[in-house]
Amino acid sequence: MNEALQEITAMTMRWFRRLSREPITLVFGLIQPMLFWLILFGNQFKNVARLPGFQGTDYINFLTGGVIVMTVLNSGLAGGVDLLFDKENGFLERLMAAPIHRSSLILSRFLFVMVITGFQILVLLVIAYLFFGVYPVSGLGGIALILFIGLLFGLGLISLSLALALRIKGHGAFFSLIGFFSTPLIFLSGALVPIQAMPLWMQLLARLNPMTYAIDAIRGLILHGFLWRTFLAVTGVLILFDALCLVGGNLVFKRSLG
Amino acid sequence: MMGTMPAVEMKGVTKFYGNVRALDGLSLEVQEGEIFGLLGPNGAGKTTTIKILITLLRPTEGEVKVLGCDAVHQAREVRQRIGYVPQERALDRFLTGREHLHLLANLYHLGKQEATQQIDRLLTLVDLQDKADELVSDYSGGMKRKLDIACGLIPNPKLLFLDEPTLGLDVQSRIRIWDYLRQLKAQGMTILMSTNYLDEADQLCDRIAIVDRGQVKAIGSPAQLKQGLGGDRLLLKIAPAKSDQMGTLAKTLEEMDTIRRVRYTDTALELRVASSEAILPAVLKRVADAGCHVETVQYSRPSLEDVFVTYTGHGIKEEIPSEESLTGTAHE
Repeated sequence: MNEALQEITAMTMRWFRRLSREPITLVFGLIQPMLFWLILFGNQFKNVARLPGFQGTDYINFLTGGVIVMTVLNSGLAGGVDLLFDKENGFLERLMAAPIHRSSLILSRFLFVMVITGFQILVLLVIAYLFFGVYPVSGLGGIALILFIGLLFGLGLISLSLALALRIKGHGAFFSLIGFFSTPLIFLSGALVPIQAMPLWMQLLARLNPMTYAIDAIRGLILHGFLWRTFLAVTGVLILFDALCLVGGNLVFKRSLG
Repeated sequence: MMGTMPAVEMKGVTKFYGNVRALDGLSLEVQEGEIFGLLGPNGAGKTTTIKILITLLRPTEGEVKVLGCDAVHQAREVRQRIGYVPQERALDRFLTGREHLHLLANLYHLGKQEATQQIDRLLTLVDLQDKADELVSDYSGGMKRKLDIACGLIPNPKLLFLDEPTLGLDVQSRIRIWDYLRQLKAQGMTILMSTNYLDEADQLCDRIAIVDRGQVKAIGSPAQLKQGLGGDRLLLKIAPAKSDQMGTLAKTLEEMDTIRRVRYTDTALELRVASSEAILPAVLKRVADAGCHVETVQYSRPSLEDVFVTYTGHGIKEEIPSEESLTGTAHE
């Protein structure tokens, strides 16, 4: 157990060290949602506030929850990419030749991406408050729950991303696949417009998208305060999503890492 | 029980990737304390062999023992006791040299103090003390390779595996790395490396296995393998008077006692003889008697390259007739 701890600490430290040598990746991870979603969409789609099913006072208020979950989506789905680079350049082989628990490698990656994702959520909330005056009506307790929901959704995403990284040939295919899935996931989620404003077929698809639930819960915490029934239902859905991703991921990890 | 147990023992090892047979009943033994080379062309199965030995691949069939442990069922014990230097410069360009070594020290569960001592010792060995705290992205190819080797030595292994340790390096770096490997051997380490450089196998390795198409074609010390070919090699390029003449000529030469083997193509004769100088006049006479015209004569002491070509059947095509094109009989 002590050995596993030593392995996980060393490998997690490596991920942080890499990030500290290339902090631009973290900065862009934050600028992208801010710039594109809060500023562009916030101004262009003000009239969305007139759509049916719209909640809240203005669009920025409404959008903040969506932006947070989109950031979790991007961060989580890209979470496996460093492992893929390691696989491509042979570093993974060097790690695997050492007498480590195979799970230590995976756990170090989960730990790192979860911490980064949590940090991004908090920074987004600060930016939303400072620049747009958005403050969750549920207060500090609400912020803790936003973090909880975001990371619960992130957990399953990281598992998917790590499994993909281990199975796929190269990072070109990896990024194409992630790009291919993430855009429809965003548009079929209620991140940008309330799903009640969507055509029925889109609403049905959006209901199958775990992102929709994460947004529902976080948006509720920002706009309305503690809606415990929604919160519990969403937690249930996300736990189910995580369980599926982790079970599937675990099969891939076992097969790929032996 | 510490007997004279071989460091590595492979028996009838087969490895399939899907339908592709990478190893085809490969067997070999590596003794403790030797530098053992796997010599073979690309795709011969060298890397697969090493990956099976370091437990990153499971053999489809066969028995693999490393330092007395089963490489499949006791993989963790094996990993604990060996070092590995992969083929690619597998380094993280965002880390410094020292950070690489610290990471690996933790993965091999060294204590803090033990790790620091070991890292200082290795940095001195590979002469990287001054560059230890620079990012690897600023290292030259030779420096990266040196760090690679230091990484492989972190666990203080009894047995070190290196996959093509000097591939693509300049001459100076190559010689430096040979030097390290000799030092490690002097300290009692067993080294198993793959290479496709003949001179490296010849100068560095105590014993080599010539690997081709997933099998060991020959095994022994470089000197033994060269002797095994049977003396000098005499090559004559000939313009025959008649097209079927070479067969007859080869037969008359085979009758000579001092000629050990004759092979031929339509325009060339290859002879294995005890001494080229002594036999050349007699050979030339027989060729002339047969009415053939000699265009060029070459002779050479057998080199490892000859050994290689003899056992694998491929090599430098324009100079040396390949196994397939030689239809002659051999008597040895």
